[in-house]
Amino acid sequence: MDVRAQISMVFHLDKCIGCHTCSIACKNLWTDRRGAEYMWWNNVETKPGTGYPTLYEDQARYRGGWRAGTDRPRLALGGRASLLARLFHNPRLPALDDYYEPWTYRYEDLLGAPPGDEQPVATPVSLVTGEEMEIEAGPNWDDDLGGSGTYALNDPCLAALTEEERARLLDFERLVFFYLPRICNHCLNPGCLGACPAGAIAKRGEDGIVLVNQEKCRGWRMCVSGCPYKKTYFNWSAGKAEKCILCYPRQETQQVPACMHSCVGRIRYLGVLLYDAGGIARAASLPAAELVEAQRALVLDPSAPDVVAAARASGVPEHVLDAAGRSPVYAWVKRFRLALPHHPEFRTLPMLFYVPPLLPVMATTTSGRYEVVGDELLGAADADRLPLRYLAALFTAGEVAPVAEVYRRLVAVRLHHRAASVGDVPAERAARALAEAGLTAAEAEEIYRLGALASFDERFVIPPFSREAAIAASGDVHDHQEEEGAGFLVPPRRGW
Amino acid sequence: MSGFFFVAWPVLAWALAILGGLYRYFTLRYTYSSLSSQMLAPGSLYWGSVPWHYGVVPILIAHLLAGVFPRAAAAAVSPPTALLVLETAGLALGLLSLVGLVILFARRLGPALRRVTSGMDWVVLLVLLVQVVTGVAIALFVRWGARWYPYTAAPWFWSIARLAPDPSRVAVLPTLAQIHFMSGFLVIALFPFTRLVHLVPFPITYLWRPYQVVSWLGRRGRGRAGP
Repeated sequence: MDVRAQISMVFHLDKCIGCHTCSIACKNLWTDRRGAEYMWWNNVETKPGTGYPTLYEDQARYRGGWRAGTDRPRLALGGRASLLARLFHNPRLPALDDYYEPWTYRYEDLLGAPPGDEQPVATPVSLVTGEEMEIEAGPNWDDDLGGSGTYALNDPCLAALTEEERARLLDFERLVFFYLPRICNHCLNPGCLGACPAGAIAKRGEDGIVLVNQEKCRGWRMCVSGCPYKKTYFNWSAGKAEKCILCYPRQETQQVPACMHSCVGRIRYLGVLLYDAGGIARAASLPAAELVEAQRALVLDPSAPDVVAAARASGVPEHVLDAAGRSPVYAWVKRFRLALPHHPEFRTLPMLFYVPPLLPVMATTTSGRYEVVGDELLGAADADRLPLRYLAALFTAGEVAPVAEVYRRLVAVRLHHRAASVGDVPAERAARALAEAGLTAAEAEEIYRLGALASFDERFVIPPFSREAAIAASGDVHDHQEEEGAGFLVPPRRGW
Repeated sequence: MSGFFFVAWPVLAWALAILGGLYRYFTLRYTYSSLSSQMLAPGSLYWGSVPWHYGVVPILIAHLLAGVFPRAAAAAVSPPTALLVLETAGLALGLLSLVGLVILFARRLGPALRRVTSGMDWVVLLVLLVQVVTGVAIALFVRWGARWYPYTAAPWFWSIARLAPDPSRVAVLPTLAQIHFMSGFLVIALFPFTRLVHLVPFPITYLWRPYQVVSWLGRRGRGRAGP
């Protein structure tokens, strides 16, 4: 068993209020540069919707991710030689318009406007051409289902729904929606890495963070196509691929990634998962129905003695093992089986998991009153306004059973706690729900605590990376005293 | 004069290309990039870049091979049919690359692409245009280049490589051919100073590298391959 550690994440969608604070924290820190203006390493989408970039989930169009092979997954983009043959023009690359053309405003128009009867207007100017432009799309153009006729209706995940389910979901003026914050998944089988001709992308062995080596990247753009989540971006000014770095410089100094630290809904969890690297190829090649379970099976129990022994043999340091034992991500993903990967059918084995939203899914307003569908609170999961099949298309490769299992558990926790704290749910009803969900009362209490009350230090368990020790082993750190540091010191300026 | 053009200039061009290229690689590696403009104008890139590259790359390889192995090249084109086929293919590829180059030139005049076009980009486009136009003109008017190239240009290259420069065989060629040689070495000289550097790191290793790359610091060593 080749045990490795992965810094992975859980986003609890029930708690996301769609405020975009995470996106702004990330943008201010990393992508507020020429050529990167259009990039949102962290973005928050409204679902149902077409996402960012538009229709990124539609792999008939972008060919991102992997296909099942006999023994190992195959790149959906095509074979190696055919990929090289398309370097001169990559037919699967999104254009800037598939994201949006970045712009600013000519604020001098406001400040320098002469006194007059008309309100002065700041003219929008393109950040690409510097010329005046008509704004046709922007980040979160479809926020909160704005323009649903165009955006929500074209969500690729709706294809999995029946006509009746679609009508329920898109019932106009009673639309149901939720937010999906997305960063790089730091996958176990990254599509970007598989597609990079230059070999510039690598997964860090110690923590699983997937990084683009800016000095090796030659701007061949295949990573953008290879990533089915479109979380690698091409800097059109510098000619380099860039992506979320999971704030590794912050993590190496024991700070939490900016998007997670700033999350006001406290929806985000970060921690170590131990996994068996030898099982990656097989887990990514299984039939779609088995993918979620196979990915869970890759994740190892950090408290099992044989796992700990194998991890030690594989060189996982003690402090990482210790952090793995306290990992909130392990609790959500494996112990409580509540967090699911995003589009596992893309076969990249994403390491960012989502707790699906409960939503006010059971309620409608027919007579101006808020009415619960079914005869009791949270009792009619099949009549949800948000069809399980939609969530299955998003989180379980179309399999309804694993999503239904998650919902049984989420609802059971709610009922249990409501019975305890409010008392309007009969105790036997709560007990029945727990039994159906396969949870004990103690587990339900733990889930409630982790979801609602967990402190900062419980939500983010970052092991000491000890990169400095590893670097010291390969060179003298004092070589860089009185310099800026040991890293990459060339300003990211376009070549000529 | 011919001493400069036929002896000093080729040596200088290669020296600039190799030394300049190495210097840039070791000091400004970040700037090694294709500097693709596909995101900003995907449609016109297709019609420009694909004909250009598919036209010019085989021609470049043919020039290189015939220059390095002149005897084999001369033998290959000695049957008249082979010569005709090769020259026709060469002319077709030359025209293809010319069409591509003109489109690549024209698309850079647009507002978005003008912003990502440096002065050196224009120099490269102009020099390449001269090179391709003279090349196509040679194919049309200085006939059977595949036949005379192994006996004129190739010995000249070899004479320079052997440090006994002998430009006598190329000095008698028509002016058109001489311009083609000189601008050809200009293209080589421009390599490290322009986006042409993207040709050097062509990622041929992709054909055999493992699909997953895991990098380790310290005791587990470097470049351990994943699945």
